[in-house]
Amino acid sequence: MAEPNDRRDRTARRLWPALALPGTFWLIALFLVPVYAVMAVAFSGTINIFGEPVPAWNPLDWQFATFNKVISDSVSGPYQQVWIRTAIYSFWALLISMVVGYPVAYYTARLAGKRRGLVLALILAPWWINYITRMLAWVNLLQDDGYVNKALGIFGVAPISWLSGNSYTVVMALAYGYLPYFIIPLFASLDRIDPRLLEASRDLGVGAVGTFLRVTLPLSKMGLITALVITALPMAGDYYTNTLVSGSPNTNMVGNLIELFLLQGPSKNFGAALVLLLSLVLLFFMAYYLILTQRASREAAR
Amino acid sequence: MTNTHVPVRAEAAPIRKWVPPWRNPWRRPYVLSAITWLYILWSLLPLLIAVQFSFNDGRSRSTWQGFSTQWYCCAEGSVGEDPSLLLALENSLILGVATVLVATPLGVMLAMGLTRWRSRSSKVANGIALVPLVTPEIVVGSALYLVMVNLYQFVPLGRPAMLLGHVTFSVSYVLVIVRSRLLSIGGDYEEAARDLGASPLQAIRTILIPLLMPSIFASAMIVFATSLDDFVVSQFLFGDASNITVPVKLYNAVRAAPTPALNALASLLLVGSFLALILAYVGLRARRRGARSPLEDLADYG
Repeated sequence: MAEPNDRRDRTARRLWPALALPGTFWLIALFLVPVYAVMAVAFSGTINIFGEPVPAWNPLDWQFATFNKVISDSVSGPYQQVWIRTAIYSFWALLISMVVGYPVAYYTARLAGKRRGLVLALILAPWWINYITRMLAWVNLLQDDGYVNKALGIFGVAPISWLSGNSYTVVMALAYGYLPYFIIPLFASLDRIDPRLLEASRDLGVGAVGTFLRVTLPLSKMGLITALVITALPMAGDYYTNTLVSGSPNTNMVGNLIELFLLQGPSKNFGAALVLLLSLVLLFFMAYYLILTQRASREAAR
Repeated sequence: MTNTHVPVRAEAAPIRKWVPPWRNPWRRPYVLSAITWLYILWSLLPLLIAVQFSFNDGRSRSTWQGFSTQWYCCAEGSVGEDPSLLLALENSLILGVATVLVATPLGVMLAMGLTRWRSRSSKVANGIALVPLVTPEIVVGSALYLVMVNLYQFVPLGRPAMLLGHVTFSVSYVLVIVRSRLLSIGGDYEEAARDLGASPLQAIRTILIPLLMPSIFASAMIVFATSLDDFVVSQFLFGDASNITVPVKLYNAVRAAPTPALNALASLLLVGSFLALILAYVGLRARRRGARSPLEDLADYG
């Protein structure tokens, strides 16, 4: 029996890596290599006759002139304003997400009672509805003669032109767009809190506010951070929300610059350098989130 | 001794006739429930209005002119009559089905391989597989675009490039969903099959695949819905108008020449992804009738 057993184990040992191979190969060819291509284009030193950068595949050929120019333009130059605007818009949109999202997640996880299934389904619904469709819905409402201005007209407010370079509209649209992605991870973490801990806190004489501040909030800290990271990452690279609800260069975010350089002009090296810079800025958050998920999956495996 | 104690106790425990609502932990959470329902209204009402206007009997997207199905078919410029809208719908559906057919087997194999194969290289591969989940879409989109244009020139922009892109971000979803199921069923069933004389491949085919079927099905449906809804990767890779997908079409047309036909197209997209999700929900419900609802599982797959 020992001999076939050995063979069996050997096949099994080879089987699992063989199964993982195609997917791993796919992700190397279509994720890692593309990321390297961004670097090759960003660090390209030669421009062909069409004015497009020739990617420098060999790291020894890398030229950092474009990248340095993009950095200096971002620190104190024409892009500075765009980076600051991206940060400010994201900050306000995240703040709104937190103020609205936390109570909603808390209510759904703890207090919805017998309506819990319904509330959860309604909160999940916008998550699965196409983002562009959700923006389209607001574009309809915010037209000059749309429902929003009509509703404001009842109170005697003059029609507001919402859709032409209005930063409030962009911030509200970002908050509206990303709130579902904020609420869900927060809900998941609040849902995991053992209700007995809250009861213990109450039994020991701590009031509702104290229980929230000393028990619920610390226990949901991880969920809150996850929610912030999950929403901040796509928000920082968003360009479509801006195009749809504003369309004015006065509200341009970093994503708009990237899209402009990569898809609408020949200066792809500038676009690639901006992608790289944005990734570097976001790398900390990405790494943090990755470590969190890895830890969670290790705990699940245990 | 007893004489001194009695009055003290009477003083310390006075009978409270009225408790202010904020001190009563069992009061109904009116404020939180109001915030939650207002949020649900805010998040879904605009979409209901957008769907309503897809049935408008006129060209306006802001003034209701009566009910009609003309924007689905067959007024001029309706979904049924405008070839560019029909094409977008067709492209989206084909791309969604193709993505499911490639990404699901790839992801399932990767999940089995990475979960059962325990070594240092599997940890590295697992890390690579999770990075696409945390990378901002604009980085994924622009990286894929740059690699297709500069290195994989044999892959034309359009349907082939979009398929490669959609599979790349979908593989990670399948991996996460199937892996969690694999971890929860453990290795005992396969081991039993192997001890009874099954070869490793037989054990996978007769034991593991049937056990995983509900989550494979659910992940296929989720992949279909995300492919249908994807905007950023498609916009970077669609090439020219003949390969346009519904979200890209909506994005390009919203500010250009909007008629209720766009609302009709968006509503059809909505129906498509919701059908896929209802099927995913059914699949997850078949999976286990435990304490957690499938809605909560869907919430975890964020």
